[in-house]
Amino acid sequence: MKVSDLVNELSLTVFSGQAGLDHDVTGGYTSDLLSDVMGNVDEGQVWITLQTHRNIMAVASLKEVAAVILVKGLEPAADTMVQSHEEGIPLLGTSLEAFEISGRLYQLLNPRG
Amino acid sequence: MELTYEVEGGNFSKAGHASSSIKKVLKQLNVDPKVVKRVVVALYEAEVNVVAHAYNGIITARVEQGSVSIEVRDQGPGIPDIPLAMQAGYSTASAKVREMGFGAGMGLPNMKKNVDVLNISSQVGVGTRVELITYF
Repeated sequence: MKVSDLVNELSLTVFSGQAGLDHDVTGGYTSDLLSDVMGNVDEGQVWITLQTHRNIMAVASLKEVAAVILVKGLEPAADTMVQSHEEGIPLLGTSLEAFEISGRLYQLLNPRG
Repeated sequence: MELTYEVEGGNFSKAGHASSSIKKVLKQLNVDPKVVKRVVVALYEAEVNVVAHAYNGIITARVEQGSVSIEVRDQGPGIPDIPLAMQAGYSTASAKVREMGFGAGMGLPNMKKNVDVLNISSQVGVGTRVELITYF
């Protein structure tokens, strides 16, 4: 499944980083602690968070995540979008809370799970 | 090969620059991606520590046949009790830094988990030196 499929299936907003919409998605990780994400997210996963500042893109890039989803209708800071473009990592948004979007993403990636 | 980077205390907008640059160099040198990932996790934590706690710092990375050695030396408040700082969950980060999702007390444990050798020495009121060595 590609990031663009998630955008369609989960009605996500695409804020920036469109170049990465064809990234393959291997799973997801939900956390707002940057060290936790650094230590535990895997390459190709989608990171779900409420953090909107540009350091999330540094972490996303270092860990090579497929995309970042901001929850609860939060909008990224302008420099976060700039870095998302530079890194080619999509920055997405949803009006749902982390629990709900994580559940929907899990169902989408594990149809029988 | 030796690489040197300056880190500015308090400037979160640049946090991760040195880690990103060293990651690119290690990839170009065809270092095993698993090793690169470990080095990057540890170095990012060290870099953020300098930004969050110190006034300024210097990162020196030495890439040799079979090892990556990184020294992070800062001018800053120092660490009074290193074993306490090593405890998962212990942090002296400010409320502002915590709101950003840093300062969860996971940085030093993350470093320890991802490198083969972690040496920390510190002088209160002067600064801290962290050495990260990864063998491959």
